[in-house]
Amino acid sequence: MSIRLENVEHVARLARLELASEEKDRFLGQLNAILNYADKLNELNTDDVAPTTHVLPIHNVLRDDKVRESLTIEQVMKNAPEEEEGQFLVPAVLE
Amino acid sequence: MTILDMNVAELKQRLKSRDLSSSELVEASYARIAETEASIQAFLTLDEDRARTAAKAWDEQYAKGEADSLLAGLPIGIKDNIVTDGLRTTCASRFLENFVPVYDSSVSRKLKEAGAITIGKLNMDEFAMGGSNENSAYQTTRNPWDTNRVPGGSSGGSAASVAALQVPFSLGSDTGGSIRQPASYCGIVGLKPTYGRVSRYGLVAFASSLDQIGPLTRTVEDAAHVLQAIAGYDQMDSTSANVEVSSYPSALTGDVKGLRIGVPKEYMGEGVDPVVKAKIMEALKVYESLGATWEEVSMPHTEYAVAAYYLLASSEASSNLARFDGVRYGVRASSPDNLLDLYVKSRSEGFGQEVKRRIMLGTYALSSGYYDAFYLKAQKVRTLIKRDFDEALSRYDILLAPTAPTTAFKIGEQVDNPLQMYMNDILTIPVSLAGVPAISIPCGLADGLPVGLQLIGKPFDEAGLLKAAHAYEQHTEHHKLRPQL
Repeated sequence: MSIRLENVEHVARLARLELASEEKDRFLGQLNAILNYADKLNELNTDDVAPTTHVLPIHNVLRDDKVRESLTIEQVMKNAPEEEEGQFLVPAVLE
Repeated sequence: MTILDMNVAELKQRLKSRDLSSSELVEASYARIAETEASIQAFLTLDEDRARTAAKAWDEQYAKGEADSLLAGLPIGIKDNIVTDGLRTTCASRFLENFVPVYDSSVSRKLKEAGAITIGKLNMDEFAMGGSNENSAYQTTRNPWDTNRVPGGSSGGSAASVAALQVPFSLGSDTGGSIRQPASYCGIVGLKPTYGRVSRYGLVAFASSLDQIGPLTRTVEDAAHVLQAIAGYDQMDSTSANVEVSSYPSALTGDVKGLRIGVPKEYMGEGVDPVVKAKIMEALKVYESLGATWEEVSMPHTEYAVAAYYLLASSEASSNLARFDGVRYGVRASSPDNLLDLYVKSRSEGFGQEVKRRIMLGTYALSSGYYDAFYLKAQKVRTLIKRDFDEALSRYDILLAPTAPTTAFKIGEQVDNPLQMYMNDILTIPVSLAGVPAISIPCGLADGLPVGLQLIGKPFDEAGLLKAAHAYEQHTEHHKLRPQL
């Protein structure tokens, strides 16, 4: 299986990336090389194999919903590129 | 011997007897950095003022005879994807060039409690994606054994800094080999603990089901001390394991009589440089002489690990790195047309090539119509790889193999071929997928460059792993070799 330029463009849109045209060409070649290599996995029959999402037996961890110490608004805002009155400022979403 | 070449026990003893002060040690570290950094380029940020203040405070504690904590007054370097309160943390990415965390990672908190003094933050491949440090947005760290060569990666700064005697030990993170491979290339000790042994809270996530923090040191005993300081369950990380932490330094008895070693034949195959194999065979002879036995074992799914890993790790990365959107921290593109444009432009400006490549690969593998063929398939293959380990580790106490197929390669040699670059991790990736602990220790030089011996242990048996590594180290001189800088 190999991917085409339009696949690269589609995936870039999904990933919220804007690629220059030479970047698209480069990624097309490199991703195809990697995916062709990954095709190797199909040599293995995994019909009866359960997937491993995690090596440990992971459980939901619940705790009581109690108020505890947390960062101040000032701390949370410390790295904000733009802020206004303790809130993250972004371009208008609604017209 | 320079004080910066001493191990934890020697340093602690000198500090206690007050032959040496923490302030002198911290100054020696910064002096060594000033002297060697032009050729090594390991650090991205130094924390001089706070380090000096902390050293003075520890000197007062030592004067009162009250400095009992594990690493009291000892300098450490920290990989730049580990969040440090008030100290710039960039992940070697432009995206986080000015990011100053407002909290400590759990390991940073624990290290402070243990008395370690952060000297600064160490270079890496951007967001820990890479095996050479050439993917850093800022600088390429050099290998102290040959500055035309890479230090390995992604914890390349952490390894080079320890090998160059800038700091006695450092922290790194390992997703597919990122502690062990640079330790191998730089001739030092690198330990990847069992997945879940060390809290990941405050480790900037790359692939959450694989990432694990661990120490890079010059001796196995030092690795035991540093692990002791950072191991254990943490309520801030629900994937940290609630498994008892034993005393690691006291496990180092030097006795490996009767130890059963399995040598996976797939790890000694065609792709492994004959000079590396020769060193591994010599190491086996040392173990034999100490009363251990070994035999060959087969781990038949080894050859599928790299393919499975790159699909899984990239998929997890594409999801984890979605948080870098230019809204709450990090780079924000100037004058975006709208909110979507803000996300797209900020990410496209902030991320480097390898990070974009992996986000693209992961997004593709998770996208509609391809999920089953790639992501799910890789998860199933992960199960088969894990079974190989379960089976081998039920028959042997440890597994022994090279850490990397070659010694350190030249800067620039592999940058245009990502797939070739990925193959450097062929012997470390399977271990990561299985989540078991492994350590790389020096086992000699080949053509003047260090070779790493990888020991792989049972889940949560870091004590047994360190014990086996320490016994070898005590009967060899390889860990005493130093690069000429």
